[in-house]
Amino acid sequence: MSVLAVAREAYEAALPPLGASLVGGLLAGVVLGGMQAELRAVPGLLVLVPALLATRGNVYGSLGARLSTELHQGLVEPRVDLGNRRLRGAMAAALANGLLASAVAAVAVFLILTVFGDDVARVTTLVAISLVAGLLSGVALTAVVVVVVFVGYRRGRDPDTLVGPVVTTTGDVFGLAFLLLAVRLVLAAGGGA
Amino acid sequence: MLPVLLVLTMVEVGSGLVLGTFEASLYRYPTLLVLVPVTIGTAGNLGSILASRLSTAFHLGTLSFSPTDEALAGNAVATVALAVTLFPVVGAGAWALRSLLGGAQLAITTVVWISLVSGVVLAVLAVAVTLVATYGAYRYGLDPDDVVIPVVTNTCDVLGVVVLLAVVELTL
Repeated sequence: MSVLAVAREAYEAALPPLGASLVGGLLAGVVLGGMQAELRAVPGLLVLVPALLATRGNVYGSLGARLSTELHQGLVEPRVDLGNRRLRGAMAAALANGLLASAVAAVAVFLILTVFGDDVARVTTLVAISLVAGLLSGVALTAVVVVVVFVGYRRGRDPDTLVGPVVTTTGDVFGLAFLLLAVRLVLAAGGGA
Repeated sequence: MLPVLLVLTMVEVGSGLVLGTFEASLYRYPTLLVLVPVTIGTAGNLGSILASRLSTAFHLGTLSFSPTDEALAGNAVATVALAVTLFPVVGAGAWALRSLLGGAQLAITTVVWISLVSGVVLAVLAVAVTLVATYGAYRYGLDPDDVVIPVVTNTCDVLGVVVLLAVVELTL
């Protein structure tokens, strides 16, 4: 294939999922824009936002890419079978990695802001918010990734082109929506700064 | 996977610290707060699609690291073309949503301009980062699925915050 043919094919394959992802990203932005009260109530939360959102993309994007490659190689069948050890292991590892990275990010933000002498919430508050948000969005994202990759593959779409945008979008929307929910739950449970 | 993930998490904390220094501007111009997730998300997506396609080509053995390789050049061209198409929509969308919610103090042309300039700069950076990371994984015998996509997405996230805020500083 010529360069232009490859470019045209890549452009046409990527535009629809990127467009959908853009809509999701804007919705996530509206949630973030509407979270100013929570962001002010929990100093350090804004600093934590990119790390939490990226963790979703990293962990579940990697899960999706791994499933895509295993589908291409014929190692995994395109159906949801929780008896499949390869599939179950990949899902459990993703959730564990996601929770650990979220907690590490919260502790790191607390330590760095404390060293800088900036205003920051209690470390337990930040960690609790990260873990609750990580658990809720992790369960939702695992389901989304597995379904999208398998359904996309069965319908003849290249799961590689679907995974990145789907994960980033649902990761951002679920990530911020569940973050907002987690902040409210933790503050209501008495974890205020 | 885990050590890579933790390093990337720390990189993102760095991006958060950059975002934190702009807290006042972000609260003053809420449209910019709406732009943050979609800009870093779209930049990360462009990089991750490119990385994912190159990873699979690599696993299937159809990728060669040469500037004349059609798969490399074609995907790079498509990435920049996608940015030029999408980022004006990102800016207009952020402005429209913020106007509906009654908080838009910036002109639509300003927001579209900030978004387009950020997007084109980010697309070029995304291509460069993806090529370096894919080649690095190949040279060190690492599985590109484990390494390249996370490295690319995170670098694009951080660059997304830095480039967006730099363009905002230059424009406003």
